[in-house]
Amino acid sequence: MNNPALDQLKQWQQQWQQAFQKEKARILVCAGTGCVANGSLQVYQALKQEVEARGEFVTVDLILEEEKSGVTVVKSGCHGFCEKGPLVRLEPSGVLYTKVKPEDAAEIVEALINNGEPVERLLYRHPVTGEVFAQENQIPFYRHQKRTSLLHCGVIDPENIREYIVDDGYQALIKAVTTMTPEEVCREILDSGLRGRGGGGFPTGRKWEFTRIEEGPKKYVICNGDEGDPGAFMDRSLLEGDPHRILEGMAIAGYAVGADEGYIYVRAEYPLAVERLKNAIAAAHEYGLLGQNILGTGFNFEIKIKEGAGAFVCGEETALIASIEGKRGMPSPKPPFPAQSGLWGKPTLINNVETFANVALIIRQGADWFRQFGTEKSPGTKTFAITGQVANTGLIEVPMGITLRDVVFEIGGGIRDGKKFKAVQIGGPSGGCLTEEHLDLKLDYDSLLSAGAMIGSGGLVVMDEDTCMVEVARFFMNFTQNESCGKCVPCREGTKRMLEILQRAVDGEGRPEDVELLQDLAEAVRDGSLCGLGKTAPNPVLTMLKYFKDEYIAHVVDKKCPAGVCSALKGYYIVPEECKGCSKCARSCPVQAISGEIKKPFTIDQDKCIKCGACVSTCPFKAIKEG
Amino acid sequence: MAEKNSVLIDGQVVPLNGEKSILELTRKIGIELPTFCYHSELSLYGACRMCVVEIEGRGIMASCSTPPVPGMKILTNSPRVQRVRRTVLELLLANHDRECTTCDRNGTCKLQDLANRFGVKKIRFGERDLKLPLDTSSPSLVRDPNKCILCGDCVRMCSEVQGIGVLDFNGRGSSAQVTPAFNKDLAEVDCVNCGQCSAVCPTGAIVVKDETDRAWAAINNPEKLVVVQVAPAVRVALGEEFGLPAGELVTGKVVAALKRLGFDKVFDTSLAADLTVIEETNEFIDRLQKGERLPQFTSCCPGWVKYAEHNEAEYLKHLSSCRSPQQMFGSLVKKHWATELGKKPEDIFVVSIMPCTAKKYEAGLPQFTTDGVPDVDLVLTTQELARMIREAGLLFDQLEVESFDTPFGFTTGAGVIFGATGGVAEAVLRAAHELVTGEPIEQVNFTEVRGFDHRKEATVEIAGQEIKVAVVHGLANAKALLKELKEGKVHYDIIEVMACPGGCIGGAGQPISTSPETKKERAKGIYNADKLSQIRKAQDNPVVTKFYERWLEKPNSHAAHEALHTAYVNRSRINGEQIQLLTSKQKEQVDVAVCVGTCCYLKGSYDTLNKFMQQAEAAKVTDKINLYATFCLEGCEQSPAVKVNNQIINGVTPDQAEKVFKEKVLSKLE
Amino acid sequence: MKQELLKTTPEEEQSSTYQRKFEKVNEVINRLGRSRSALIPILQEVQEEYRYLPEEILTYIATALDLSPASVFGVATFYAQFSLEPKGKYVIKICDGTACHVRGSDPVREALLKRFNLEGKKRTTDDLRFTVETVSCLGACGLAPVVLINDKIYGQMTPEAINLIIDEIMKEDAEDE
Repeated sequence: MNNPALDQLKQWQQQWQQAFQKEKARILVCAGTGCVANGSLQVYQALKQEVEARGEFVTVDLILEEEKSGVTVVKSGCHGFCEKGPLVRLEPSGVLYTKVKPEDAAEIVEALINNGEPVERLLYRHPVTGEVFAQENQIPFYRHQKRTSLLHCGVIDPENIREYIVDDGYQALIKAVTTMTPEEVCREILDSGLRGRGGGGFPTGRKWEFTRIEEGPKKYVICNGDEGDPGAFMDRSLLEGDPHRILEGMAIAGYAVGADEGYIYVRAEYPLAVERLKNAIAAAHEYGLLGQNILGTGFNFEIKIKEGAGAFVCGEETALIASIEGKRGMPSPKPPFPAQSGLWGKPTLINNVETFANVALIIRQGADWFRQFGTEKSPGTKTFAITGQVANTGLIEVPMGITLRDVVFEIGGGIRDGKKFKAVQIGGPSGGCLTEEHLDLKLDYDSLLSAGAMIGSGGLVVMDEDTCMVEVARFFMNFTQNESCGKCVPCREGTKRMLEILQRAVDGEGRPEDVELLQDLAEAVRDGSLCGLGKTAPNPVLTMLKYFKDEYIAHVVDKKCPAGVCSALKGYYIVPEECKGCSKCARSCPVQAISGEIKKPFTIDQDKCIKCGACVSTCPFKAIKEG
Repeated sequence: MAEKNSVLIDGQVVPLNGEKSILELTRKIGIELPTFCYHSELSLYGACRMCVVEIEGRGIMASCSTPPVPGMKILTNSPRVQRVRRTVLELLLANHDRECTTCDRNGTCKLQDLANRFGVKKIRFGERDLKLPLDTSSPSLVRDPNKCILCGDCVRMCSEVQGIGVLDFNGRGSSAQVTPAFNKDLAEVDCVNCGQCSAVCPTGAIVVKDETDRAWAAINNPEKLVVVQVAPAVRVALGEEFGLPAGELVTGKVVAALKRLGFDKVFDTSLAADLTVIEETNEFIDRLQKGERLPQFTSCCPGWVKYAEHNEAEYLKHLSSCRSPQQMFGSLVKKHWATELGKKPEDIFVVSIMPCTAKKYEAGLPQFTTDGVPDVDLVLTTQELARMIREAGLLFDQLEVESFDTPFGFTTGAGVIFGATGGVAEAVLRAAHELVTGEPIEQVNFTEVRGFDHRKEATVEIAGQEIKVAVVHGLANAKALLKELKEGKVHYDIIEVMACPGGCIGGAGQPISTSPETKKERAKGIYNADKLSQIRKAQDNPVVTKFYERWLEKPNSHAAHEALHTAYVNRSRINGEQIQLLTSKQKEQVDVAVCVGTCCYLKGSYDTLNKFMQQAEAAKVTDKINLYATFCLEGCEQSPAVKVNNQIINGVTPDQAEKVFKEKVLSKLE
Repeated sequence: MKQELLKTTPEEEQSSTYQRKFEKVNEVINRLGRSRSALIPILQEVQEEYRYLPEEILTYIATALDLSPASVFGVATFYAQFSLEPKGKYVIKICDGTACHVRGSDPVREALLKRFNLEGKKRTTDDLRFTVETVSCLGACGLAPVVLINDKIYGQMTPEAINLIIDEIMKEDAEDE
């Protein structure tokens, strides 16, 4: 069949692909937020100068337009391995340099141009085994991953649409528009089993179908990029590292549901993402891949950017719509669902950034391709932001159903500083804590839900033995309490009171009856709240009460913080086995709280002790411990 | 087996008949689910979570926002539902100033009622930590943020029904509050004192300002002759406070109660309303004949008048210059009746019993005074009168009826129907034909203008001329009408506006009622009273005729204007300092100020300002001009307004800018 | 005499910045349009210009968009990004997202509050130089704890490190003036 639009795309692809063969090598410097903060832009400049000094420097444009040969130095999106930034990746060798400084540039370029061995001191070295890895895909952090939606992040130049097109970009959109009916597109997405990556896990295909079947000439597609979960930054990486993929996903959705206008709602804290998106939208317009009559197919789609203004609750879809409309971002009851009455009362499809990132892949390669990853009910891959007390922090993408253990110990490299694993907080303020007993739990929507947690947007914060779970619950409650919009009573007043109860636990003023009160209140808030934020706000508390109840009871009944974090509950005690009875401590105590017989273990009177810590430093035997 | 088009509620099969929500459905089968934020006349909010039900397979849902779907299995009182409701109440009470005994709404508070109904006896959480100051700035209302439960009813009432939006949420989460803009006091913002916020408030967070103490003081002051006037709408509502059905006409008992309370004379505002009809109709006929300032708007409603003063400066001259019946009454008492009695204005204390909170504001306006003494000394609402009756221990329903005193006691049906929306228009229509032609007309009832539709219209023929009448109630409806008027989409000759939905019978000073039926019953009572009146046209009121003979000469005479008419103030102004754009460095200089306040801005004054800047640069006089952008020059009627030195020039639209600049500014520098 | 005329007084200087800002507000309104959906973008740009949202400007925007001032005030106070009080020249945002929190963002904040003598609810220094805020997540969790000063991100902060950075900023700022 004659398909001029696809022919055009493929012609570009071939032309540029050929041109790229003139590229001798490519140096990709990570320009994700993490690496930029660590000085990657200076590294980029230094590398560029070094290549220029050797007369090898070319730009991608020079290669494409004049078929010049040489080495390119490109700013890429996030590689995910933020812990080791600034990161520099070499193509085609696949070598990854970590913690690169501008002064390393000469050495790197020298080795590259002379086809020498990689600079060993900049390669990743396993913190335990000491093994050195030259290639990125050999590093354990990457080896266990399956990068599909993040495929381009860190590999292509996000500011150059031609690189996206060379890598089959926009072919899915043209395929959908020219060879499929909207119904077929919805069906394909449904068959793939893709579920909303923003938290709830609602089947994406059904959401599309609901929007498609609504009558009406005007519909909207919204991309929810209001990534507010503390500890999650996959949307940011996707928007910064591969913006065209999101645009393509949205355009396909537009075609499928019958919308000609889309909005991307981006958090105010992500200026770079906004910049890249603006750039990408302009470039897509230039090539006729957005706007009126896309590549002559008759399909129209425009995308606008809306910047958030700092409200976590705007991640909730009805609140997000209110915010785009210029109102206070307060959720409204559902039904009506946005698919029926969304932006300005029109049928609206809202999906999260990562969900859209999967769309083009599914349409181009088919539902079956997608289903080969992940589990039966949670197919595909999922990105996680793994942070906290883990050796390797960063952004990862793994097949659904991978065990928590693999993520924490294989990819994450285990706990820092040889400490013991205690818990993983997953799903941010809407999620819960999982413990050692869950390490072999499969990471998919349903398994996590049954354990009381939630995938959420995929924040995964690893905690070690020094973490107080009551304090963590308080932290999350403080967060939701601050971010509650204040509309419905259970969330507004309930989170405030849960925080009050948790606060007094960490302040050493907890009451035994709080255990029951907290549980009761948390369940009522979960049942009674208006929107998802309120309904899931008690999750961190409920999982804490479920898995770390002893720790809470220790706080409110015994007035102790087992992890030794809560300063109001901190106390000093003398380990009898280590005390030689020298009495130095008793003499150093300003309030005479320590007493004992010489040569026998001394004790501290907790009522008198003012927790000044003077005794600790005077003890020659380190027999005085905090806890 | 459940029927196809039915749901199961607490085990009972309930057929569906197009109900929009489960809440609506449960009410039909005799289950009263508790609510704070649900009002049928306001938009859905879904925030209080009191009306939740448990739906099989879907969990806990708010019944107000969930439509029933055939086959649903609904539990309205399951343990989970109970826990949510009790927790909500407990949480609200914990954060609530629980000084119930001294609260104005003690006994009529929904929070108190529901806490009682659900047996909440213990609050397991801490006390409210923040004690915010009361806002007592308004002459009509008192706001107590410590009692607010953030249901948003007042916010939606003010913006959706009244189209004003004086109140809104600010802040978020547990620090969210409902306040006027910038946390200002009510008296500082564009509040029209209609009090509808207080009428929907489920607690004591916004209440009518209680001034019964002042009434007692006056009654107990032997120096004062205390007279009281009773507005029409009071007589069909006061009974509700004492267990009588809404709409029951209790005029005689009201009079009796007032006399027992110690008022020296009890008069009827309806008489002043008749006077208003005569004055307003004559004014209208005059405008009609001259073809100027049409459409004419009614001016009896102080809420509407203040709204117009804030928002519709260009239409102020269209308002009838007639004072409201309350103020006509006060003025006649203090200016003429007092003289006849040989008393000074300050010797007579005039009290009004009104369904309205805005009347309190109106009575305090500086123009409504005689020799510096207010024409109306005190306005009490129906609610406050009920409180006085209770305090005095009067058994209202057992009172023997009494009649109004003379001379201000003779009433017609025309004056009485002022109490319902459409009443003023109907009363004017009853008079207009006769006043123009001198011939009485048969028609008394103009039913097109009655009822609760958002806008009512009628066309009548007077002396061969077609007169188009429109009636709106609720200021959002007025706003919509004015918009269409400005856009030239509609044409009317006379427009009645009442701020409160339903007219005065729906005033915020009336007994608190959450049932939409109440207003309908009260309106029925009003029209019933009209039907029972011996005389139903204002022009037939013999006392009014006598007043003209004795005091006022004839309608719209100089004397009538002195006593019965008024003028309006433009209140549209942005508070803010003017912004200096150019600063003169020369001795020879001109001050130029361009208004960028609401009216002027919307007519392009900012472009005028820019043109001035360009002109100044082109003429190289930027150092000889002090150029300001200012926020109001009070020339809104012919905006944009510009002030050059001390001269105000109106109508300086951008295309006029160049000319005005040359003629008025440059000429001064030559 | 002429020399004196050319000199600008502080008042004049202030009036000229005010003028520039006022023009900016109008330019923003004209560019972004007067629909309600333009409100938040307008507030964002205006705040960029003024570093906060002055009351009369909010009322002015309400007028231009035909909204009630209370409603504009409601929006301005809902979103964390907006401030109704002047902010400092340097806005320091301490990330207190989960990752930053568990890696010790609290001591960093304490150090800053102490350094600037900010007690109670006070978050801006009297000389309007520094504002210290806590934000929920900057999305740079790999570098936790993170601090954002104006547009620049600083990772792996400690109380000592942040103090050195502030020293540097104060030095540069003094040189600027």
